[in-house]
Order: sequence, then structure tokens, then C-alpha cells
Amino acid sequence: MSALASRRAQPQRPAKPGPGRRSSPMSWRWGDRLALAFAWIAGIGLCVIAAAIVLYMGYRGIEYLRPKLLFSRPAVGTSQSDTGGFLDPLLGTALLTVIGIALAVPLAVSSAVWISEYGRPTWVARVVESSIEIVAGTPDIVIALFGLAIFQLHLFAPFSFTASGGGVFGRSFIAAGAMMSLIALPPLFTATRDGLQSVPAHMREAAFALGKTRIATIRRVLLPSVRSNIATGVTLGVSRIIGDTAIVVLLLGESLRLESQGSAPVVGMLRGTGSTLTSYVYDNSPAGEGAAPQKAYAAAFVLLVLVLGLNLLVDRIGRSQADSIGLTAAGAIV
Amino acid sequence: MLSRLRNPWPDRRAERTLGAVSLLLGVLVVAMLVFVGVHAWPTFQHNGLSWLGPKGNLETQIANMQATGQRPPASAYRLGAWPFVYGTLLSTAVAVALALGVAVLSSIFIVELAPARLRRVAIPVIRVLASVPSVIYGLIGVLVLVPFVGNHLITGSEKASVQNVVELTGAGLIVTVVILTVMITPIMVALICEAFVSVPNSWREGAIALGVNPVRAMLAVTVRAARPAIVAAVVLATARALGEAVMISMVSGSRSFVPKPIDGLIFLFEPLRTLASAIVDYHEGVGAPPLAATLYALALLLLFSAFVLSIAGYLIKLPLRRYQVSG
Repeated sequence: MSALASRRAQPQRPAKPGPGRRSSPMSWRWGDRLALAFAWIAGIGLCVIAAAIVLYMGYRGIEYLRPKLLFSRPAVGTSQSDTGGFLDPLLGTALLTVIGIALAVPLAVSSAVWISEYGRPTWVARVVESSIEIVAGTPDIVIALFGLAIFQLHLFAPFSFTASGGGVFGRSFIAAGAMMSLIALPPLFTATRDGLQSVPAHMREAAFALGKTRIATIRRVLLPSVRSNIATGVTLGVSRIIGDTAIVVLLLGESLRLESQGSAPVVGMLRGTGSTLTSYVYDNSPAGEGAAPQKAYAAAFVLLVLVLGLNLLVDRIGRSQADSIGLTAAGAIV
Repeated sequence: MLSRLRNPWPDRRAERTLGAVSLLLGVLVVAMLVFVGVHAWPTFQHNGLSWLGPKGNLETQIANMQATGQRPPASAYRLGAWPFVYGTLLSTAVAVALALGVAVLSSIFIVELAPARLRRVAIPVIRVLASVPSVIYGLIGVLVLVPFVGNHLITGSEKASVQNVVELTGAGLIVTVVILTVMITPIMVALICEAFVSVPNSWREGAIALGVNPVRAMLAVTVRAARPAIVAAVVLATARALGEAVMISMVSGSRSFVPKPIDGLIFLFEPLRTLASAIVDYHEGVGAPPLAATLYALALLLLFSAFVLSIAGYLIKLPLRRYQVSG
């Protein structure tokens, strides 16, 4: 109140007529001018940093990436020229992605359907929604430790690498893939649920009027109409999985090559250990063991290209979906 | 059997099945808390809550843990995790504070100031920044920023002055904080921009019509109205910074050292280790029971702080919800 009174007491200066509709920054207060300058600096600066990262990785990638790196397996060697390429890490990334998505999609889609179409009793729905929030807020390193604790149980010994003495290491593609599905789950769930909630009610009512049951409506009407949302969710989940390092480092073991466990062809590979692009980068950087920065740059470049490609894909799919500014397109970031 | 599955399901059974699958998620979360808690229990059993405080030399304590066999004595569990806690608090707080300023300013830039053509470039570019995997940030940090800081910013006399205490290589607080800030800023920008756009245009136009310049109108009306979203952004970014493990383990120097502001400028270059990066650094020692219990205790602490964080965010947002701008 007093501030208002003192402002009123000031003699009113006639506003200077500006040149146009807007006042020029030169006539503003110092604080506002500073804010204006800093806003420009911050905005441009962020763009410059992003461009610098992409351009630098592109430069290094083109410098060090050779086609034969993509098709040769990692090998033990003394110099960077004879340690082989990263065929196995590429396969490992693909394998983990397939396992993670295959586990996450049924879980996420059915719980999104249940939440938005049934959702009763309400307290169960609330429990389910908050557990997904908790999973989304849990650091990947904690999820990795959780996976280690689970898969080291003797109950799960068939799923992972087992020592001859009977010790269960809890490290395998199955273990890592199962935990990856938890990483991919929140974006998938959110995308599907938001899609279902934006389906207009009259579509459901029309289906009910034709005598369809709820579940038939879901299968024949709702799920087909949210296909693009699910695709967005899958793409986001994939980009999370291929970008994750902590789970791979803890749950996929140390070997750069795919090491099968047992003699069964596919099952052996799933039970075995290996590496992905992220763990390959980590291992070849000075922070890991083999100091092979050229290999690390080349693999990181491939990884970045994959992630940016997925980003474009999200854009493509999401273009039809209404979105105010495009930054949080279907939860792309959050 | 298969034909029974293919036939249309009765509604009741479909509801039960879907509900059971959904409830599985709740079970998973409970299992996570239980597993991590049970594995962490020996640490708290032997240390009590003083585990969080400083207690002697951490590196030797962890070496002791690794040296004990499968049946360790109770003394092997002794540990003071303070350096990890302090490192996490320090790096997260500084990075979030920096990122908040940058994010609010650049959101103002994107929503209000940028010409349309620049805005069309800026939005995808910032999304790129958000989607770069953390290991790539770590790689750039360890191969570009760390050598730069080590060779050009730290002088030889500074290295010599502390060589008996800690080796300064360039990997340390400043590189960690800079990369962490770059990593979390885009998340905040995304949330804050979204909220700025959803503030009714007429409010800001009203302020401008009263003779206020556009920047002040932004600060006084839009930023104020978007406060719940800003809180949400801070919470999310803090959670991300707390949980960042691999990048920090790559660029922080990975020494259980406590950077002390009293050291002057050298403070910026001193190595540190956070809760999450400690788990990555020591994960190979998980075969030793005391070290495993310690790592699970660190994970439990991370889970607990993520939980506290989201509750705190909710409580802070409550009184701010006067204007119905969703966060």
C-alpha cells in the first residue's frame, strides 16, 4: 500500500512518444537493459554450445570413422590400429534395445490403457501412476544396482552369467535388457496415456452404441488411433536405451566382445555378456581402461548420429500431434 | 487354447488382466525399495546415521573393505560417506543455480525476443542438446575440457602448492559443474518455455499497454505466473543432476576429496566424487560384502533424495498455484 502511495506521489512525467509501437531499449532502465542483453547472450550461447558439440563430434567422427570399424570385431591389441572395430558393441546396442522395448511396450501400453479406460479403484490407479513417476525419477545407476541385486538371486541364475563354482554374477543381456525396459517405460507410458486421453469421447460412445464391449473398443478403435503416439513413445524409449551407460557398465559385464554363455545359439547369447556403443565409448576413453580416444570418438559419433536420427523420427511422427512450441513434443525431453 | 485367446475377451477379464499388469509396476517399485534397502542395511546397522558424516580417510576405508573376505568383521563396515554427500550437494547446487539463471533468460529469449527465423533454429538445437547421451558429454569433457583446464587454467605453481595433498590434473569441480549445467539447462528450458507460452497473452499485453517495456513485462508477469513450472523444472533438473553417474565419474577426477572453498581459486580445480559416480567407480568391488552394502546405501540415499525432492517440489508449488498456469 505504501509503495503504491509513494508511486502516486511522484510527479507524472509525460511519456516520450517513441519512434514506433515499441520503445527502444536505449530508453529502458539499466536493469531491464541488462536483462535484455543477458537473455540474448543466454539464448544464443545455448545454441552455440549445441552447435559446437555436434560440429566437434562430427569433425572427430569423420576424422576417425572408417567403414571397416563398423564391420570388424573388437580385438586385443597394443596400438589403436589393431584393436579392431565396434561390430559387437553395435550388435549389443541393437540386442539390448530389442529386449528393452519388447519388455517395456506390453507393460507400458497395458497400464496406460488400464489407467485411462478403467482406472478403478481410484487408489490403485494412483498407486500405478506414482510408481511410474518414481521409476521416472530414479537415477539409472540405482536401477542398475537394483538389477544386480535381483539377477544375483539364485532363482534367476538361468538368466545370467554363472561361474563354475555356482556364483551368480547377475550380468547378462537379459539382466541389462530387463532394467533397460524400466528406463524406456515412463516415456512410453506417458505418450500412450496422453494419446488415449486426447481421443475424443464420441469415438468411444460410437463404438459402445454399436454394441462393442470396452475391450473391443480398445482393441479396434482406441489402440489403432493412438498408434502414432505409441510410435513416438517407442522412439523416445529407444533413444533412452541406446544412450544409457550406467546400466550397461554394471549389468553387461566387462567384455567388449559378445561372450555367449552355454552352447544354445540364441539363448546363450542372451545369457552372455557383451558391450554396447556407450560402454565401448566409456571403456576406450581415458576414464576407462583402454586409452583409445580415436575409437571412442568414432563410436561416439555413430551413437550421436543414431540419437539425432531418432530425434528427427520423433519430429516426423509427432508433427501431426498438436504441440504448442515443439520443445516438449510428446515428452521428448521430460 | 489359441482360439480362446483370439476370441473377444469378456470385459471383466480384460479389466482384471490389464489392472494386474499395471499393478505389477507398483510391485516393481516396492521390490526396488526392498532390495536396495535390504542390501544397504548392514551399512546402517554398523554405522548408524553417522555414516553420513565425515569419519577418517575414505579411500583407506574402502581399501579395507575390498581386502576383507566373504565373512568380514563388523569393523570393515566403518565408513563416513561425507565426501560423497558433499560432492553431490556442491556440484548439484552450483549447476542447478547456474542452469536456472541461464534457462529463465534463454526461455525469455526464445519465447519473446528471438526473431521468428532464429526461434525456428533454436528450438530443435536445444532439443539436440537435451538428447545427447551423457557418455558423449563425458567424452568431450575428459578429452577436451580436462586437458584444457589442466594445461592452461591451472598454473604450475598452483599444482606444486598442493602436490602433497592432491594432484590437480584439470579433472575436477569446474569441469563437472560446467558440463552438468549444459546437460540440465535444456530440460529446464523446455519446461519453462512451455509454461511461458501457456501464460495468456493478454496479461503481458496488458502490462505493455500500461507502458512497461517488453522485458520488464516478461519478468513481472510471465515469469511470475510461470513460477510453478519453474519449480517443477528445478526439481526435475536437480533429480537429473543428482543421478548423473557416468559423466561425473569421467570428468570429476574420481577422488574422494573434499574441495574446500578456503583454498581460493584452486578450489575450482579440486577433484570430487558424488554419490552416483562412486557407485560407478567402485562397482567392480561389489563382490566384497561391506563395499556392496556401502554402494547399496549410496543408492538408497539417492532414491531417498529423489523422493524428498519431488515432495518438496509439490509443497513449494502449492502456494504458488494462484494463477492457473500448469507446470
